[in-house]
Amino acid sequence: MNRFPPWKYALLVIALGVGLVYALPNLFGDDPAVQVSSIRGFELPRDMPTQVEGVLSTAGIEFGAIEFEPRRLLVRLDNVDRQGRAAEALAEALGEDYVVALNLAPSTPTWLRALRAEPMVLGLDLQGGVHFLMQVDMDTARTQQLERFVVSVRNLLRDEQIRYRSVRLDRNQIIAELRSPEDRERALRVLGREIDELVLETRDGSETFNIRASIDEDVLRELQQTALRQNITTLRNRVNELGVAEPVIQQQGSDRIVVQLPGVQDTARAKQVLGSTATVEYRGVDEQNDPFEAQRTGRIPPQSLLYFMRDGTPILLSRTVIASGDNLINAQAGFDSQTGSPNVVVSLDGPGARRMLEHTTQNVGNRMAVVFIEHRPEVREENGVEIHSTRRVEEVISAAVTREPFGGRFQTTGLGSATEASQLAMLLRAGALAAPMQIIEERTVGPSLGQDNIDQGFRSVMIGFALVLVVMAIYYKVFGLVANIALTANLVLIVALLSMLGATLTLPGIAGIVLTVGMAVDANVLIYERIREELRNGNSPQAAIRSGYEKAFSTIADANVTTLIAAVVLFLFGTGPIKGFAVTLSLGIVTSMFTAIIGTRGVVHLIYGRKKRIQALAI
Amino acid sequence: MEIIKANTAINFMGQRNIALIISAIILAIGVASLFTRSINFGLDFTGGTLIEVAYPSAPELTEVRQALTDAGFDDFTVQTFGTPREIVVRMPADQDDETGADLSTAVLRALSTQEPGIDLRRVEFVGPQVGQELAEQGGLAMLYALIGILLYVSFRFQWRFAVGAVAALVHDVLLVVGILSLFQVNFDLTVVAAILAVIGYSLNDTIVLYDRLRENFRVKRKGTPIELCNLSINQMLGRTLMTSLTTLLVLLALFYFGGEIIHAFAFTLIIGVIVGTYSSIYIAGNAAIILGVTKQDLMPVEKEGEDQPDIEVLPERFRRSEGT
Repeated sequence: MNRFPPWKYALLVIALGVGLVYALPNLFGDDPAVQVSSIRGFELPRDMPTQVEGVLSTAGIEFGAIEFEPRRLLVRLDNVDRQGRAAEALAEALGEDYVVALNLAPSTPTWLRALRAEPMVLGLDLQGGVHFLMQVDMDTARTQQLERFVVSVRNLLRDEQIRYRSVRLDRNQIIAELRSPEDRERALRVLGREIDELVLETRDGSETFNIRASIDEDVLRELQQTALRQNITTLRNRVNELGVAEPVIQQQGSDRIVVQLPGVQDTARAKQVLGSTATVEYRGVDEQNDPFEAQRTGRIPPQSLLYFMRDGTPILLSRTVIASGDNLINAQAGFDSQTGSPNVVVSLDGPGARRMLEHTTQNVGNRMAVVFIEHRPEVREENGVEIHSTRRVEEVISAAVTREPFGGRFQTTGLGSATEASQLAMLLRAGALAAPMQIIEERTVGPSLGQDNIDQGFRSVMIGFALVLVVMAIYYKVFGLVANIALTANLVLIVALLSMLGATLTLPGIAGIVLTVGMAVDANVLIYERIREELRNGNSPQAAIRSGYEKAFSTIADANVTTLIAAVVLFLFGTGPIKGFAVTLSLGIVTSMFTAIIGTRGVVHLIYGRKKRIQALAI
Repeated sequence: MEIIKANTAINFMGQRNIALIISAIILAIGVASLFTRSINFGLDFTGGTLIEVAYPSAPELTEVRQALTDAGFDDFTVQTFGTPREIVVRMPADQDDETGADLSTAVLRALSTQEPGIDLRRVEFVGPQVGQELAEQGGLAMLYALIGILLYVSFRFQWRFAVGAVAALVHDVLLVVGILSLFQVNFDLTVVAAILAVIGYSLNDTIVLYDRLRENFRVKRKGTPIELCNLSINQMLGRTLMTSLTTLLVLLALFYFGGEIIHAFAFTLIIGVIVGTYSSIYIAGNAAIILGVTKQDLMPVEKEGEDQPDIEVLPERFRRSEGT
């Protein structure tokens, strides 16, 4: 008698049931969909679904369900033709503040989605798209920062009337040459008090008394982190221009950024957009003249320029730029310590601070505006020829009253909400002079190759799988069929686990699945060969089954653990394609042990376990 | 159905010196090839640009080359990829890597001027610095995998077995890399993954053999290590061949139906599975014996009152007179 306790059967049934449910979403295809999001990644207005419904109804396009999240809206459509027309209608109606992108929405039934069952995510090599690895030039970022400090040091010394011979940059240090030890003492005190990011040392020159200043290590690390974050923000803004449905922009290591754009084919345009620039300008508001009058008549006062706020209201700004993105060191959203209302704290470098102080002293009570300037790449069609060009887009993102004179560090308050504050800070940072980046790795997969990869991957899994099933059935008869059930369950479980973990399926990942199918057989083979051996040694069928499973267990465990070590190392050290392979291989090892050891034994017990006497096993 | 009869008694260990010589010869050829022909490192490690393009009908390669030369490129190779309609243009890493990322765009423009109907299949650009890092990571991964395995096997078995297992693995990796060099297979990241999978597979085989060897050492009353080794290999032969067969079947499916990109991966694994099966028989067992594994090494630490393992008699067919 060979029986399993009921809990083991329960475990098997539950595992398989859960596996089936979570593997199921992969059988449903995708619906064509149109995705709407804000071009700056802001939250969408609450009435967006109504707006979209209105636009589509007016255009006479039938549409399916609308899914609304704070940052994106998804409309499902029945076919690609409607998807195209809907995207066109929406892009026109919603204007430039929104990105309208074609997307695919998994058509998972609602009850499955309620269980959070989602299909596997396809990697770029399967769905087509672009992968960029960008390197942020930290040396330049540091030099930029040092140059700002050089200016600040000069200004401070001048303001304190300390005479100096020179302040200059020498590799990664700032060297200030002073004329007397007394001057140096004063300079040290002033610099130590005002600029705490610098580490100061004294060093005597041949005729001068020098101070060597370098950036504090912690500050430097923070500066690099800020530079990287700033570049990520900038990239996010740019990518939104491309209308990509689900871009990935992530930090990798200390100075790299990964950009993945599924579905993008035009790499030339993608590179151009990622490389485009933005800046901000602080300008005084012309409060003497009426901007509406100027807009209506077209007569703009000579010292002013006509700009528009984001909501389209005109505003007149002075021709003089107070400070620009080059002067901006940082902008951080937070809360005012006194009133508790949301604010944005801005720091400017020396020259910017000086001009800001000059301007604000003379303009207390007047407004000051921030203009966001972007060079957006555009493609126009003229006489059937695509023309690439860039367009300068300018808009006023903030205009606030100056309450008192300020210089290099000030805050903007009176913002509607914390969200608005973080949006302003983000735009300011995007406009600051960012550290230069360059693409150090590119992998683009065209849509035709992506589809080929899916087809070929799927076909090789199926053919390999079928071959193994046939061989097993012939070689081990009834037990072979049991193994085949386990193999199928194994495949279901791998797919379910990949879907549950939200892992990305890549071509090497498929290769890992194929390999697992081949190797999963091993555990079964070990057990069956052992049972055969036990039978040959004259054991009864029941005893042979029992000792076959028991004796094979330690072998299977040892063999799989060592393979698992290799797979885990692959996962830890591998990048991109190797990681995908390692994930499926490790999952496969775990599921194959489960199905082979517990799964097949359960089935074998069901077939043979209840009979007291068996003449022979079909093995 | 059985491929291997129950009473098979192939004298594997009797031919172990011949096997060692064969291994040595193939290894020598492989290493010689490594030194003379080197490894055909792919873009992942050398850095550079690769552009795969599909034409509506098979293009004349000389014309494609001419088009690229006319567009001002000089250092490139053009080859067909998989089918005659698809071509791959490869360019070495530009030392002045500022232009690297734009190179692919320029090449594509030149190609589409010559034939507007082309379809972009794939672009890969790897900066020289990234290539170097990927190579280092790949090497480190292999090293750490070997160390991890060495530790696990020492812990579960005994250091002689661990050394034997790692010797078999090093043998496999060297052989596979040697063969890849001989056939000038494009050595990219997927090949590294395949080699690591080979390590896993070969090890799996070795462990299964060692496991049986340990069991036989413990329960058989008589028999020299060589005889017991022979017995173990024969007992496991059915399993070894069956598992290798099914694994090879799926790999062949991958090789023939998986597409051009996965070719090198599948090829490496096919070679690896064959080599790994062979090495677990001849190298792993041999190494343990050469290092002098004895029964005492494998006896479990005896505990008071614990059942002693059943002592079985070595089957007649494995008994040999001393000296063979």
